[in-house]
Amino acid sequence: MGLPCTGMHRRRRSGRTRVLPVALAAGLALLAAGCVPGTDGSLAGKGASGGATAVPDPADAGNVTLTVWDQEVRGGTNGELEELNREFEKKYPNVRIKRVARSFSDLKTTLKLAISGNNPPDVVQANQGYPDMVAFVQAGLLTPLDNYAGIYDWNTRYPNTLLNLNRVSADGKFFGTGRLYGISQTGEFVGIYYNKDVLDKAGLEPPETWQDFTDSLATLKKRGELPVQFGNLDKYPAIHTFGVLQDQLGAEDTRDTVLGRGSGFANDHTEEAAATLADWAKRGYLPKGANGLGYDDAWKKFADGQGAYLISGTWLQADLKKPMGDKLGLIPPPPAKSGGAPVTTGGQGLSWSVTSRSKHPEVAAAYLDFITSEHAADVMTKHGVLPAVPGKAAARLDPESTEGQMVAGWKRLNAADGLVPYLDYATPTFYDTTSQSLQKLISGDLSPGDFAAALQKDYGAFMKKQRAGKR
Amino acid sequence: MKSPLRSSRRAPGEPRAIGYLYILPALAVYAAFLLYPFGQSVWLSLLHWDGLNAATWAGLDNYGDLFTDPALRAPFVHALVLLIFYAALPVAIGLLLAAVMSRFRVRGMTFFRTVLFLPQVLAMVVVGVTWRSILAPDGMLNDVLNLVGLDSLSRAWLGDENWALPAVGVVGTWVETGLCMVLFLAGAQRIPRELYEAARIDGAGAVREFFTVTLPGLRAEIAVALTLTIVAGLRNFDLIYITTSGGPGNATSVPAYEVYHRAFETNQVGSAAAVGVALTVVIFVLTVTVSRLVEGRRS
Repeated sequence: MGLPCTGMHRRRRSGRTRVLPVALAAGLALLAAGCVPGTDGSLAGKGASGGATAVPDPADAGNVTLTVWDQEVRGGTNGELEELNREFEKKYPNVRIKRVARSFSDLKTTLKLAISGNNPPDVVQANQGYPDMVAFVQAGLLTPLDNYAGIYDWNTRYPNTLLNLNRVSADGKFFGTGRLYGISQTGEFVGIYYNKDVLDKAGLEPPETWQDFTDSLATLKKRGELPVQFGNLDKYPAIHTFGVLQDQLGAEDTRDTVLGRGSGFANDHTEEAAATLADWAKRGYLPKGANGLGYDDAWKKFADGQGAYLISGTWLQADLKKPMGDKLGLIPPPPAKSGGAPVTTGGQGLSWSVTSRSKHPEVAAAYLDFITSEHAADVMTKHGVLPAVPGKAAARLDPESTEGQMVAGWKRLNAADGLVPYLDYATPTFYDTTSQSLQKLISGDLSPGDFAAALQKDYGAFMKKQRAGKR
Repeated sequence: MKSPLRSSRRAPGEPRAIGYLYILPALAVYAAFLLYPFGQSVWLSLLHWDGLNAATWAGLDNYGDLFTDPALRAPFVHALVLLIFYAALPVAIGLLLAAVMSRFRVRGMTFFRTVLFLPQVLAMVVVGVTWRSILAPDGMLNDVLNLVGLDSLSRAWLGDENWALPAVGVVGTWVETGLCMVLFLAGAQRIPRELYEAARIDGAGAVREFFTVTLPGLRAEIAVALTLTIVAGLRNFDLIYITTSGGPGNATSVPAYEVYHRAFETNQVGSAAAVGVALTVVIFVLTVTVSRLVEGRRS
């Protein structure tokens, strides 16, 4: 280093001598071309038919190792699943469950490679919507479960709205309709958490109507309290908040739109909901600089007493309950009229699906049935998790407790058919489009009209492609 | 690097081709783990592929998109802006620190050198998490600003459309400055004292001394520092992933993040490969330019 003559040698070396190595490298690199595994579609499976006719008995299957990939790493769901796995192994001593648990985003990024490989897991948790579940079905990597649904009575155990979210059309183009490719264990809805102390201090009651709720925001602000705690640095939280606002104005159409048969996003309820959110940000109902605050930081602040409300999913219930105890309350977004039918964004946890190359589809199906059974629902309730179909234990919960409120809210939403699927299911790129546009809407860089147009542009283009029959 | 060349020229008895035999083991490993996968990436970049189903031929479409699609153009522009923070600033600050430190004897110099080098030792993930909390709306930076009465300046740094990119850039400056300074200090120690004495006898002041003695003496180190920091800046992924995930909007998306995002999250493997190949080309061109301009030029 540092010797002045280095440059001289560099110069002299150029020319003839450098050509050969470069050519060699280029040649080698080109050799690789044309043999990238999988680009010929060979990773895709045949798409097993799942042709069972009687209740399978895993005890007859011989020694089986069932490989399960899931993302239930949070406290409550992790505990519930570990307990159920232990019970399943005890019930069928010939079955060993090999569990691979990863966080949601880790699972999402590795699952595609895992299930298209030669030795895929038997059971996987697939995210609903186009990028994951529909893509897997299109490639024939998941087993349709309609037969098992009949054998195990899943069709009566689960409300149709929930089962539909795990359906993909036979041609692998649409989701929300067609064959059943999975079953979910847990229920989810975006609700309104409130801090009883903060509301009390402001002389407010938990809101019973949507009007109560929006009025209370102004009251809280005037008293110097932060009305709604909210952190959107991670991009996705605003999708939930916006979903709640949009559902108040047009739940039916929004649900149809997500499932590919609604009016889209260039409409009044989308624009009006966007205007409301932008207005909340401007009036300071949301914390200043919400786009720079992390999601986890935000709910920890709420648990700490900063903010009267937090609009988020039931998955936070256990985490919030621990520090807040009895101060915490949870309701579905209040309806327009007191006692009316609530609507909100929600659905169910990731779908539990069976891969088409699994050597033990019947054992896998029996496992799916086991972890979604009535008994499983009670185990989930014990661990503070909201089961998709609440069982006896859930009915015994104290209705004043957050858990009781959560289960009651879930039952009301299901009875009223008030669940609207997550907006990002709508197109393969909708998560990006929506989350980016929402960040700009909140910072005031995008008007509500342009916001609706941005969403519609993505949605319209995808729908056009879908109708043209092109992938 | 020099001696084998010289010997191959100067020893006529030895066949030249034998040199390739010597590098064969290393070349085989390099080819198997780098050239071959790179060739695969190039091939993928010519396809439309979702990672599962049969791919269709795309030709140069994916590359054309790099120029026409604003969502793909933006990451490259951001990467170039980040180079100011990742390469230009650290080299400038590193030079300044090295010049000052070599001129004055600082007490506890080893201590300060270690402290300034520390960011290099930390995993980027740790750096990202730390700075995320410093730059948060109620983080340390805003607290300090509020304390000294500059409330008007405080903002959600990572959530601000205009400030997010510079904010992430400053983290890069913080990380890379220590590396540059240590490199320059080591280089400055090997500049003969006589040159400084001569300059002083000729009546050169501190500034003149820096430009006529220190700067030329550090040319090779500057080239190394620029190469390392430019590469670090362009392949920046972990920091973006941890702090902003490319947001707000897509204000901080960079090519390396876009590769990950497209390949694993939106099933656009062909497009991801094209971004990756383009990034490789940009890095290659920039590093060759640096080694030509900075290292190769004779005064």
